[in-house]
Amino acid sequence: MKNQNKSKKTIIITIIAVFLMFGFGFALVPIYDVFCDLTGLNGKTSNEISTEVSSVDKSRTITVEFVSTLNDGMPWIFKPNVFKVKLHPGEMKRVSFYAKNLSNKTITGQAIPSVSPGNAAKYLRKTECFCFNQQVLKPGEEIDMPIIFHVDRDLPKDINTITLSYTMFDAGAFPRADIERQGKIT
Amino acid sequence: MSEMAMGKQSFLAHLRAFVVRWVFSTNHKDIGTLYLWFSVIMFFVGGVLALLFRAELFAPGLQFMQPDFFNQLITMHGLVMVFGAVMPAFVGLANWMIPLMIGAPDMAMPRMNNLSFWILPFAFGILISTFFLDGPAPNFGWTFYAPLSTTYGPESTDYLIFAVHLMGISSIMGAINVIATILNMRAPGMKMMKMPIFCWTWLITAFLLIAVMPVLAGAVTMMLMDRHFGTSFFNAAGGGDPLLFQHVFWFFGHPEVYIMILPAFGIISHVIPTFSRKKLFGYKAMVYATAVIAFLSFIVWAHHMFVSGIPLGAELFFMYTTMLIAVPTGVKVFNWVLTMFKGSLSFEAPMLFAVAFVFLFTIGGFSGVMLSIVPADYQYHDTYFVVAHFHYVLVPGAIFSIFAGAYYWYPKWIGRMYNEKLAKWHFWLSAVFVNVTFFPMHFVGLAGMPRRIPDYALQFADFNMIASIGAAVFGLAQLLFLWNMIASYWKGKKVTENRPWEGAVGLEWTVPCPAPHHTFATPPVVKDEELQC
Amino acid sequence: MPQLFKYINKISLILASFFIGASAVAEELPRFNMRYGVTPVSHDIYDLHMTVFWIMVLIGLIVFGIMFYASFKYRKAKGAVAAKFHENTKLEIVLLIIPFIILVAMAVPATKVLMRLDNADDSSVTIKVTGYQWRWEYEYLDNGIKFFSDLSTPQEQIENLAPKGKWYLLEVNHELVVPTNEKIRFLITSNDVIHSWWVPALGVKKDAVPGFMHEAWAKIEKPGTYRGQCAELCGANHGFMPIVVKAVTPANYKKWVAKELKEQNKGAK
Repeated sequence: MKNQNKSKKTIIITIIAVFLMFGFGFALVPIYDVFCDLTGLNGKTSNEISTEVSSVDKSRTITVEFVSTLNDGMPWIFKPNVFKVKLHPGEMKRVSFYAKNLSNKTITGQAIPSVSPGNAAKYLRKTECFCFNQQVLKPGEEIDMPIIFHVDRDLPKDINTITLSYTMFDAGAFPRADIERQGKIT
Repeated sequence: MSEMAMGKQSFLAHLRAFVVRWVFSTNHKDIGTLYLWFSVIMFFVGGVLALLFRAELFAPGLQFMQPDFFNQLITMHGLVMVFGAVMPAFVGLANWMIPLMIGAPDMAMPRMNNLSFWILPFAFGILISTFFLDGPAPNFGWTFYAPLSTTYGPESTDYLIFAVHLMGISSIMGAINVIATILNMRAPGMKMMKMPIFCWTWLITAFLLIAVMPVLAGAVTMMLMDRHFGTSFFNAAGGGDPLLFQHVFWFFGHPEVYIMILPAFGIISHVIPTFSRKKLFGYKAMVYATAVIAFLSFIVWAHHMFVSGIPLGAELFFMYTTMLIAVPTGVKVFNWVLTMFKGSLSFEAPMLFAVAFVFLFTIGGFSGVMLSIVPADYQYHDTYFVVAHFHYVLVPGAIFSIFAGAYYWYPKWIGRMYNEKLAKWHFWLSAVFVNVTFFPMHFVGLAGMPRRIPDYALQFADFNMIASIGAAVFGLAQLLFLWNMIASYWKGKKVTENRPWEGAVGLEWTVPCPAPHHTFATPPVVKDEELQC
Repeated sequence: MPQLFKYINKISLILASFFIGASAVAEELPRFNMRYGVTPVSHDIYDLHMTVFWIMVLIGLIVFGIMFYASFKYRKAKGAVAAKFHENTKLEIVLLIIPFIILVAMAVPATKVLMRLDNADDSSVTIKVTGYQWRWEYEYLDNGIKFFSDLSTPQEQIENLAPKGKWYLLEVNHELVVPTNEKIRFLITSNDVIHSWWVPALGVKKDAVPGFMHEAWAKIEKPGTYRGQCAELCGANHGFMPIVVKAVTPANYKKWVAKELKEQNKGAK
């Protein structure tokens, strides 16, 4: 009898632990985001609009490169209007990307930024960016999308080149691979 | 007429008795037996899948199958072996042996025990049924990385998700049962630090299961939501991150690796002292080492992701923690060797498997240390070197320990001895051909062959051919084990004494062979000579 | 009957592939070990790999030596009587410390190498590598050259209907051409699922993750053709998307760029 009571207690505790760990699995999602913000893991940039303005450090010149990628099945043209700019840390810059919808239907695009090297991500501050919003393009419509940014003065000394990459995803449909594409050698 | 009716009736009565005994059983020994049989069946299913793709890999070119089917085979092989063969085998051994070892009449929750077993056949029925449905079976590897398994996964992925949920529930219930049994049902005088080491390793394993199976359940739930409910945990388009999946998966996955090896450590720590006729060297160190390994397993997961773009600081952290695992694991290996040192050794089948375990598992450990070196891992990652590494720790590691345990406890289960000659054949064929299969994989891996490819460049041809031959012979050798286990039930030499092994200690050897259906209805008196320390 | 011949033909072609594999390819590629490679990083990795390997061999010889010695010496059949010892705290502490020291000794060079290969800055050529199901796309960011690189092994060879070539499954229709002795930066991303761009001789392996940009770099010491494969399961044809990097002298590279641009412009018009 005593054993049974003890067992009951053990079971209750372990079952609570199971539910807590299930919750922990989901808690990993925000924990991971915080971790990414702190370390620039994966080159994720902050989606917050930067308002602070710092003074310009003329002693250093940083090259910022722009790269674009279209995700699977996105019938757009999407490319930076300039490939690279040189700037001093703290200096504001405005560049733009060009996009055109080549299909005959309206498509909503969502650009996802990524910075390389990853540890530079938190030093790239965006004041305005088309990635903050979705882009809706009608058939044949084209658009110039601005981005205003600066590089923080605290950028580590060993980084002289930063690559800012955008991947344009189709925000309307998450594509499901059709069966036909699988199992065949192209 | 009436005779026939009588015959029919008695047949029905037998059938009914059979069903009542096996389907509704709440006896820990019966459920243990069910688990072990399930595991044997899954071991052969997984083995046949492996032989199918090894046949494809026998020579360059596509001979028997399309690449997508190859991917389905490797996926199912991994899932079936991990969740269907190795884990249930250990749960089966835990069910059989833990109550006997600690002097308890049964598991703490016999009915839950029944449920946790009977979930498994359904889970694997669902999983394996995907081969027979329209469209491909899961084809993205047993690690089911997003987005290949979410956005790009076949329809059958949902079956996989449901099956994984079921397996998780089964494992969690099994783990709760083990914890409750060990913590509360020990015979008087069986102190924690006097407990048989198998119970210790299983207790720690059970805590690992409680900690990580829910995380796996969370991961597959997120997959399900991404696939059907419009969330984007793992989809970059919606602000998610495919790497998040890998983090969550390996947070489960690395402890899972230890879930598959810690009980093996326990079995080996019984078999080696028995056949050395000497007490286990450093009992306390063994317990602490197990606990340390379990703790470290939570902070090493990202060593599976060194090439997936994690920052330098994280790479260094995970490299150091991973290397640290070698210390407690080393303690274990040293202690086994020191147990054998100056013993009085004899080499029956369980001991042969145990010695092979120490030897070959340690080789797997060595390649593990090599893999932990981040820059070198850039070259090893996702090659056959990794395949060789984890098969060395799982086949001559986990599986050999299960063989050792099965031969060791067979007389206790059945009341008859297995056929030693056949067992020796089984051992030597297994030990030789496990190396023929997996050792060449080190070479092709280092030379540059990625894993999970159905066809390969010509430079890898000879070693792949050797590996395929080795796999075929290794697979066939396992039929000897099956035959030995079945035939000895009728033909084995009857065991009359309680303790068929001269050097064996433990409460399980104080009850008759075969162990009666109900044991320790009244708690036994624990004598010092039955303890491992 | 023709069916039978077809099978015989198939089998003989499969068998022939073993000889090609063993002879022609073997001269150039290591068969038992990692290759030394052609970049400083790959050399570092190789040295690290061999150092750790030999340490492991040494530990293995000692541990297994003792184990097999014990297995033969202390047999019951030879009349061995079991000793009684089963504890020795001092010995256990020693056995704890020795592995720890060995690990530290391995961690130091590993850390150094890792620091060295982390920084891809100050490169002279930047190439964006995009993984597709199931091919690679290369884009030279400095001059706009952009092309797909597909497997060029004919389907007949894969299906055993034709003899396999020397570079079976490791050949492409459009190689990635890079200059030697210059720091090349690779920006790696994916168009669909996760791939992994791996060229063993360069010591570079990096996952290509959709939506994210990873980088790696290489400085190739000598001209040559270096082959690799996708290293992350990416669907049905994961095994059929090789990587071929052709390193040429900077002068030849300039010529190649000019020629390639001309062709690309011609194609555009």
